[in-house]
Amino acid sequence: MKAIEYLEHTADVKFRARGRSLEEAFENAGLAMLTAMIDPATVRAEETWPLEIEAESLEALLYDWLSEILYLFEVELAAFSIFEVEIEEVEAGWRLSGRIRGERVDPERHFFDTEVKAVTLHQFEIKKEAADGGDEIWTAQVVLDV
Amino acid sequence: MLNRVDDNIFEVPMGHQKGMRVPGRIFISDKLLTQVEPGTIDQVANVATLPGIVKYSMAMPDAHLGYGFPIGGVAAFREDGGVISPGGVGFDINCGVRMLRTDLFAKDAVPMISSLVDDLFHDVPSGVGAKGRLRVSEHELDEVFTRGAAWAVEAGYGVPEDLEHCEENGFMEGGKPDQVSLKARKRGRPQLGTLGSGNHFLEIQRVDRIFDDGLARRFGLSEGQITVMIHCGSRGAGHQICTDHLQVLSRAVRKYGIELPDKQLACAPLGTPEAESYFGAMAAAANYAWANRQIISAWTREVFERHFPGASLDLVYDIAHNVAKVEEHSVDGTMERLVVHRKGATRAFGPGRREIPQAYRDLGQPVIIPGSMGTPSYVLCGGEGAMRLTFGSACHGAGRIMSRTQAKKIYGGSEVKEALMRRGIKVMATHPKMLSEEAPEVYKPSDEVVEVVDQLNIARKVARVVPLGVSKG
Repeated sequence: MKAIEYLEHTADVKFRARGRSLEEAFENAGLAMLTAMIDPATVRAEETWPLEIEAESLEALLYDWLSEILYLFEVELAAFSIFEVEIEEVEAGWRLSGRIRGERVDPERHFFDTEVKAVTLHQFEIKKEAADGGDEIWTAQVVLDV
Repeated sequence: MLNRVDDNIFEVPMGHQKGMRVPGRIFISDKLLTQVEPGTIDQVANVATLPGIVKYSMAMPDAHLGYGFPIGGVAAFREDGGVISPGGVGFDINCGVRMLRTDLFAKDAVPMISSLVDDLFHDVPSGVGAKGRLRVSEHELDEVFTRGAAWAVEAGYGVPEDLEHCEENGFMEGGKPDQVSLKARKRGRPQLGTLGSGNHFLEIQRVDRIFDDGLARRFGLSEGQITVMIHCGSRGAGHQICTDHLQVLSRAVRKYGIELPDKQLACAPLGTPEAESYFGAMAAAANYAWANRQIISAWTREVFERHFPGASLDLVYDIAHNVAKVEEHSVDGTMERLVVHRKGATRAFGPGRREIPQAYRDLGQPVIIPGSMGTPSYVLCGGEGAMRLTFGSACHGAGRIMSRTQAKKIYGGSEVKEALMRRGIKVMATHPKMLSEEAPEVYKPSDEVVEVVDQLNIARKVARVVPLGVSKG
């Protein structure tokens, strides 16, 4: 299983993030988005930001999760390197409890490759597939506007 | 397969994709067409499936792969039965360009370029997550959302003449701050007066060619003159507004039973609460962008004043190239009110339209086509061809041909900077890394793109400007 795979796109950034569980796919999608902006190895996990999201579908949950990370990045001026989520099905759809860990941006140490403007819905997908040995693999496909 | 309709005009036939309501039209030369990815043509066809689309789903000669609409996409929708879609505007609402002309000439400015660029880089904040030098109150932010550059001028950033030379006179009617989320406000407040990053820039230029003496004189441009170009948009406020409304409109798609080939084309029928809410928020973001470019202009003037006391920097024009507008157009001989979406496309109205500022109304609208970093930019004048062929629209830039990942593999940021230096172009950026993905080679040559719109009389070439110094994010 390739956890994160970037695909060719002329103007924007397209990736597939995979996980052996729904949670892992969400976590890898967050990491894939951040990695498009900054090398996560340069980001220390000093602070934790909690996130609680509810959405009517898994797709909407993934969209909100990634959009919330971008929002936090911009208003907190923080970069992140560790993403942890728990996801459960609830009456109104899905609920995510997440913690993202990172630190405030330090211009001396943090260099940005690209500014991600937003998460698009173009070719946006989250799906579960059967893998070898009876396992299942969740794949999130995302195109970012940069 | 595409059908050739005429020189520089190709049709995407109805059979290209299931559900197309109208054919597609791509205004492009044979040569440029070879660089258009198949996915771009599919995106033109996707837009053609939207309800209430009029005549054609169009793409300009700088067309390339986007999300939702292609970049360079234009589509008009009937007020009755049509839709509005953030996929036809983009996240950077009212990303646009303005040009200021100075009364300086190359011989005066060239020795000072390095110092000018250093000061512009310092005085106009840029880069990822950059915050502005000014702090507006919540009330002032409401004013920004409703009155755009007009608010900025009243607050001391510029002169009334600026508004007389700005698209929409500096603000769009219908901006509704109450449709702007708290998140968009929180992102927008600290960022007012910032350039951002990516392909956005602040550039000092020299007019290097005049194509039409009469029009150039009316635009106040002559050979050797120094101009300044500002390319930026609505920053995090616009990005968040689009993000918020995309989700509302995704639900509207189900509610109104609209079938879409691409979820980014989420839309709502015109006149519904969802459509009205998006339009009000989009207009608010557009106004934020006009205020942003106005404030940046004022700081640019301060920098020039320090170097050249008494120098003038007058606004030639300011255009939006990511926006949806209500306009009247002739459809098969009848004037109709339409909602025209331009995603990476510039309005290019021909002579006589009341939307054009008085100073230029008899000529046609000034059309500003920014080059990429290190390549020429163009000033054109909207022509009759635009009114006949493209709902008054032209291209918006050069158009990317190489992905950012590919560009980073090939071009190092420092090398890009040095190569530009050798050509006499001074570049300042927050980090050289940012420069590699914007290397001049990753874009189509803007000359070829502009040639197509000139040949179709969508917009006539007036002047070409070349960069001397660039400040980037």
